[in-house]
Amino acid sequence: MDHNKTHITEYKVLAKILLLLIFCTFLTISITSFNLAAFTVTIALLIAGVKGFLVLSYFMHLKYESLLLRILVGSIFLLFIIIVLITFIDYSFR
Amino acid sequence: MSEKGIHIEEHRDDEASKLGMWLFIFTELLLFGGLFLVYSIYRWQYPVNFHEASLELSVTIGVINTIVLLFSSMTIAMALTAIQKNNKKLALRLIAVTLLMALIFLINKYFEWGHKFEHGLYPGSDLMALLERGHLLYFSLYFFMTGLHALHIIVGMILLIIAYFKVKKDSVNSDRFVFLENGALYWHLVDLIWIFLFPLMYLIT
Repeated sequence: MDHNKTHITEYKVLAKILLLLIFCTFLTISITSFNLAAFTVTIALLIAGVKGFLVLSYFMHLKYESLLLRILVGSIFLLFIIIVLITFIDYSFR
Repeated sequence: MSEKGIHIEEHRDDEASKLGMWLFIFTELLLFGGLFLVYSIYRWQYPVNFHEASLELSVTIGVINTIVLLFSSMTIAMALTAIQKNNKKLALRLIAVTLLMALIFLINKYFEWGHKFEHGLYPGSDLMALLERGHLLYFSLYFFMTGLHALHIIVGMILLIIAYFKVKKDSVNSDRFVFLENGALYWHLVDLIWIFLFPLMYLIT
């Protein structure tokens, strides 16, 4: 069995990721305080996407997981984006 | 190992346990995904109402809760690192800190919701029935999504409390830590959902 092959994420790396995540949080707040119309929500969602990516990669260790698992997780998000797109196309052309 | 020296193979597959946890996480993501879909359609249909209604929320409490959750996510990831490095004492402390953060989050949520309840704003209240349609939709989604999220916090806390005692009893140790790993994955999921909930509920322009 290869129990010892697991990658151990160092404390320092985790602390740096936390700082990045907090920075992104304040970035979102300062950006959404300006009214850039439709861009605001896009930028807020993009930053949230970056934060989500950091959590998935480092906190949830996906960066060091098998390719299969990474593809599976990616497909779930892709599936969700497709569902959202299809729903919006449907609503726009009613 | 028996006295006669017969080796008994332990039935165990950590990779499969983890994959199982991920499959469960996928169902959770799609559950919240469905709610986000409903949210985005109604926000698109009632942009002004959603903005007005979101002003009722306190961004400060939202920010505090975001940082509390992000911090707890780091501490539980560190707890896993600690157990992998065979540092049981530190792992126990880090799980305890995570649980404390979870409690702070729930207390904040209690005051946040309590404040709205005092003003007669809760699902099924007389005031809610009188609101404009967009406002009604926003608050219904707000209570349902943050409520479901808070429920996940409680479930995550239960899992982490079990993990705490498993670490204490050494049934989770540097060689077998998949229970803590899966518990931590669940906790990160809760954090991940909040990352999207926060800007969408609190910061609408």
